[in-house]
Amino acid sequence: MPSFDALIIGGGTNGLACAARLAKGGLAVMVVEAGEKPGGAARGWEFAPGYRTPGLAHLVYTLDQRVASGMNLSAQDIDLKSLSTIALSESGHHLTLAGDFGAETTGLADADRKAWPDLRARLLRYAAALAPFRAMAPPRLAASGNDWPRLARLGLGLRGMGAEDFRELLRMMLTNVWDVLEDNLTDDRLKGLIAFDATLGAWLGPRSPNSLILLLNRLAGASGALTFPVGGMGAVTDAMTRAIEAQGVHLRTGARVARMIVQGDRAVGVALASGEELRAGTVVSAIGPKETFLDLVGPAHLDTEFITAMRHQKARGGAAKLHLALTAAPDFRGADLRARLVIAPSAHAVETAFNPIKYGGVPARPVMEVMLPSAHGAGFAPKGAHVLSAIVQFAPHTPADKDAARAAMLEAALTVLEDHAPGLRALIAHAELLMPYDIEARYGMTGGNWHHGELSVEQMLFLRPLPSLARYATPLPGLWLAGAGSHPGGGISGAAGWNAAERILAEARA
Amino acid sequence: MTVDPRLHYETPLKQTPFHARTSAANKMNHWGAWAGYTTAIVYEDDAMEFSAIRNAATLYDLCPMVKYRLTGPDAQAYLNRLTLRDVGKLPVGAVHYTAWCDDAGKLLDDGTLFHFGAQDYRLCCQERHLPWMLDAAFMLDVKIVDETEDIAAISLQGPCAASVLVSAGFDVSGLRPFRIATFPFAKRAVTVSRTGFTGDLGYELWIAPDLALQLWDHLMQAGAPWGLRPVGSQALNLARIEAGFITTTYDFIPAHQALREDRVRSPLEMGLGWMIDWDKGHFNGRRALLAERDAKTSRWAFVGLDIPGNVEAGGSLIYAGKTKEAGFITAAAWSPTTKRNLAMAHVERKYLGRDLWVEIYALRELQYAKLMLPVTIVDRPFLRLPRRTATPPGSV
Amino acid sequence: MTYDAVILGAGHNGLVAACYLARAGMRVCVVEKNDWVGGAAVSRELFPGFTYSNCSYVNSLFRPEIMRDLELPKFGLQILPYEGGAVFTESGDSLGMFRDHDANRREMARFSPRDAEAYDRYSRDIARHCRFIRPLLMRTPPDPASFRPRDIGELAWLGKQLFGLSEAQMCDMIRFWSMSIADYLDQYFENPVIKAYQAVGAIIGTALGPMSPGTAYVLLHHAMGDVDGNLGAWGYARGGMGAITKALAGSLAAAGGEVRTGAGVQKILVANGRAVGVALANGDEVRGTRIVSNMDVKRTFLRHVDETELPGAFVRRVRDFKTRGSSGKLNIALDRAPRFTALPEGAPNLKGDLHFTDSIEKMEHAYDDWKAGHFSRDPFQDVMIPTLIDPTMTPPGKHFMSCFVQYAPPRIEGSDWTDADRDAFGQTCLDQIERYAPGFKNSVLHVEVRTPRELEAEVGLTEGNIFQGELTFDQLLFNRPVPGYAQYRTPIRDLWLCGSSTHPGGGVMGAPGRNAAAEILREAKAPRNHMSDAYAVL
Repeated sequence: MPSFDALIIGGGTNGLACAARLAKGGLAVMVVEAGEKPGGAARGWEFAPGYRTPGLAHLVYTLDQRVASGMNLSAQDIDLKSLSTIALSESGHHLTLAGDFGAETTGLADADRKAWPDLRARLLRYAAALAPFRAMAPPRLAASGNDWPRLARLGLGLRGMGAEDFRELLRMMLTNVWDVLEDNLTDDRLKGLIAFDATLGAWLGPRSPNSLILLLNRLAGASGALTFPVGGMGAVTDAMTRAIEAQGVHLRTGARVARMIVQGDRAVGVALASGEELRAGTVVSAIGPKETFLDLVGPAHLDTEFITAMRHQKARGGAAKLHLALTAAPDFRGADLRARLVIAPSAHAVETAFNPIKYGGVPARPVMEVMLPSAHGAGFAPKGAHVLSAIVQFAPHTPADKDAARAAMLEAALTVLEDHAPGLRALIAHAELLMPYDIEARYGMTGGNWHHGELSVEQMLFLRPLPSLARYATPLPGLWLAGAGSHPGGGISGAAGWNAAERILAEARA
Repeated sequence: MTVDPRLHYETPLKQTPFHARTSAANKMNHWGAWAGYTTAIVYEDDAMEFSAIRNAATLYDLCPMVKYRLTGPDAQAYLNRLTLRDVGKLPVGAVHYTAWCDDAGKLLDDGTLFHFGAQDYRLCCQERHLPWMLDAAFMLDVKIVDETEDIAAISLQGPCAASVLVSAGFDVSGLRPFRIATFPFAKRAVTVSRTGFTGDLGYELWIAPDLALQLWDHLMQAGAPWGLRPVGSQALNLARIEAGFITTTYDFIPAHQALREDRVRSPLEMGLGWMIDWDKGHFNGRRALLAERDAKTSRWAFVGLDIPGNVEAGGSLIYAGKTKEAGFITAAAWSPTTKRNLAMAHVERKYLGRDLWVEIYALRELQYAKLMLPVTIVDRPFLRLPRRTATPPGSV
Repeated sequence: MTYDAVILGAGHNGLVAACYLARAGMRVCVVEKNDWVGGAAVSRELFPGFTYSNCSYVNSLFRPEIMRDLELPKFGLQILPYEGGAVFTESGDSLGMFRDHDANRREMARFSPRDAEAYDRYSRDIARHCRFIRPLLMRTPPDPASFRPRDIGELAWLGKQLFGLSEAQMCDMIRFWSMSIADYLDQYFENPVIKAYQAVGAIIGTALGPMSPGTAYVLLHHAMGDVDGNLGAWGYARGGMGAITKALAGSLAAAGGEVRTGAGVQKILVANGRAVGVALANGDEVRGTRIVSNMDVKRTFLRHVDETELPGAFVRRVRDFKTRGSSGKLNIALDRAPRFTALPEGAPNLKGDLHFTDSIEKMEHAYDDWKAGHFSRDPFQDVMIPTLIDPTMTPPGKHFMSCFVQYAPPRIEGSDWTDADRDAFGQTCLDQIERYAPGFKNSVLHVEVRTPRELEAEVGLTEGNIFQGELTFDQLLFNRPVPGYAQYRTPIRDLWLCGSSTHPGGGVMGAPGRNAAAEILREAKAPRNHMSDAYAVL
């Protein structure tokens, strides 16, 4: 049994990015993945004979630039197609946003022709100011342990925006997206779209304070660029897998980790479900923090307050994933099927869709982001047929009756889809709806939250996933975190894994 | 007749199962609140009551003390995780004094742990900790029940305590310190532990509340030849100061109650480092305490003081070189048994080698007399009585 | 004549500012549109023999430093602490709160033994947050974008306060400031009724539901006051809340200040970029070296100042300042004290605050109605009967009942409230009380129903927002009322703000008025030795 410097649990985007960075730093690395292939939530599957999903995720927003260049994820490896977004209208008066975060628009209400570029530019400026924080371990709220020169540079950078912008950023940091939209825009389709984007994957509505920063965070990832990898999300992780294998990283698939091996108050390896034990100098968990500490490590090695805080870490998933096998192309009243299609007729519609899940209910009119991966290339559906992949919000994570909730959610989603694409229901050969609890069961993400814990202000930056875990190190010596549960959160980014690897290497040097 | 449970507010301070007797004995009608109960501060004369603790035998109503029962397959593992000492070393039928900490290694409380059976423990303490105790039990198979109201407890202390018990039909002559025995009483049982808070020979008796009065009467009758009398908390406090025992919330603030960041204390800072079992595996606060021990970052020391003269120094500030504030006294008394002026104090560790002074404000006929006196750090306990640990105990 | 200061509005903050300025030797005139003083802190006889605190109804926040500086007890102010409270459950029980710690613990233990003990740690943590925020209340917020020594010094002071805490506590603090009260309480409690009782302070006056982030701060805003040092306690002003403003008016008169009632502001007069006076609705003009507006920021600038006098960006920000009202009020004259079936006869907590909302979900549902533009079908009510303690407000044996109601929107489905809407709202609230106190409606002698419409019309609170602006983080501290103008100054020279639109916000606190006066005196280089700083938090 070869011995490794670092053993990474979980071969998702962050696990792979972490492996690449550690290997680059000279460590002998092993990645242990429970699935048959790495990729985690990014990997697609055949959900009906001849029909494949693009993955649980279906778009790339935020791939970290360090990861992309550090892993040589060149255009030959992944064909990332830039997408425009169409805010669908039931009447066919669609609004199209092309370029990064709607650099160009078609069909926008006159009143917003000037207001939108102004707001867009402002939001992108603020996002850019926050971007550097994504590419570093969160600062500590203490005199020691910080890279003060770097923080000072970042602080000056923020202040360098000018007094007006700086003040406005401080005000908007914890504001809600609803008010920002109400204050600046009039077009309901645009307001609905931005409200939807801000709350995508979150457990709050657009009227909730602190909702704007979620949008800024996503924009900070890649300035609003939006791409679809031809071949599906698996193409991204396949390329990442090739990259780490080329670096000599050892990949073990089909190996589910059952528990952490702790000796002398130190994590020294993992035991697999098969009973086999793997040892390493450093163990890095790229799966969820709750799963890591409550299931793998267990409370015996951890303090009470820590365990309690971990149990209270909020991980409510509010998004369901819909896959439809369609026998022919649907018609969303003329909308380009290669675009990202968003059904969120107004900010109020987004808020209203959020209301019932607070009580475990299902919204009558969910809002959604629709992709037709089959419109971008072969491999998803039989010729002439299509796959529709949609993130449908909001869905309850703990309804009283899970089967009934799933059925109600599917019916509601199909009703909304039919209203926007008449005749669509008649094309459905097979439908699959993954509710948050289905996603939890399938991927082990607590609550079905794809960030491994809600991305909300009280769980962001130096508070993510818990204040005592914010810098990727854990109370258990030898164990590190590197997953979406850590700063800066999920999305197909790899930033958390990369940041963690840099901390691990820095620690090893020290 | 069932009482409307909502009417509890009619008696904000509950009466203990011994109340019918303690109230009859409380000639001074001097009561105080303790953990939601009304308890006697002084019955007749605190000096006479204290004297009886060191000379004869005394009863002290312990009912308000918080008692948790811990049962189940993981009870031992749980207590090892919760507390500082190794519970694996506590045999069935024995008791030990222990303490427990939060994650940061700061004290939450101290108390006594009773081991009744393979999976059966009782933890007695000053403060209530149910949420914390339940949190610490996460994923462990242990049942935690607050049985404070289900057990009546009374402390029998003094050089004649064993004689009183033997006379009452409870033969404790072979019962060693920190051991438990059970005796039949009124067709049921009374549990006796050789424990106490006086630093003297003494026992604590545990019984069903409905037998409390009967037990009281039985003991008072059996103890009459030895002058058995009830004592209030004022006398007990003097005895515990002589013994050098600490009391939670009086000598340190539990970490869960401290409002001010600098008020919390680690066991190393409270002189309780001896009870930490570093090798038993992980326990709550271990990593923080280890770091404190290894980096020597303890800021405070809890020390016994000998103060010149006879003026009680409670609450006084300690100075290094008469000018630099170096600490404060939490408990102090003129000790009748040792004829010394004693105190316990928090002193910042960095001043330990310095000349330390105490500034006493003594209230004399409405006016404070101010004293600045040199103090000497002395070992605790201030008082070591052979009879406390002798087995069999002497007859008087 | 030209006054040294003309104060627009005789609410508590306007009067506080006026008192401090007058005591510094300024000639001060307060103009008030109503025929009485007090703003939202009033005692009014709206039914013969019955005095209503018909807007604000309890006190905790009013700063003791101000009471003492302005000698308010000498002018009749007396604060009476009140006892606990209760929330009635749908199942017919009630969870009481008692002043005695052990009674309180035993009561909670009837619902959850664990929560009964968790309450102590929860209270300790809230007290920690109070200790942090209290010194901030009586200071002018720094401008984080400014390089002036005073702002930098003040920021450094703030930083020092923050860094005086441990890293863990700092994180707790930031989490607390950004969380929803529902999530915050989940960390401590398991019982829904206990959580519902604790959540109350987080939604009072707030256009947010208990599941909205930011509501934990609102709770703090209601917990940071005290009654004579008893942190978090609330009390009544003897004679109704008007006793506070009556005492302030007395103190002002004693210091030589004037008040003109029935003198509504038409327009703030600006000449050469400086405020020079005010034109009244009755045609009079009052001239002043400085004008201090106790009206909210929207009312001040969007109604009473020419837009041309203001920078466009400022106007836009004032327009975007959020003042959505969320509360209504019923003031009821009762023939006899109500008898709640779930409370034992003689229960002391009847003298406290009474609620009928026994879960956070119900509160949130009530908020969902508000978002949809309706008043809540099953509203949250904070019901109090001050006359069980204060004998001065009604004839003996009769009672005044104050019902504060969440949620009532500023407009009903986009249209103005009609009288029929208001009556339906009032009926909904009365019906709710009747369900828990059968026969209650038969004892009602008179009801005054106040929706945001009435609050705006009478008190001048834009959209009926009781805080003169919502208490969300984007409108707190240096963001209040708008970034860059959080220091009581405005873009117009000599025009100042002193109302609850400014830091530290609403509630009958007096701190905005006091802080504004401090800034005015500082700028005028006038003495401030009659002004106490915030009492030290030891």
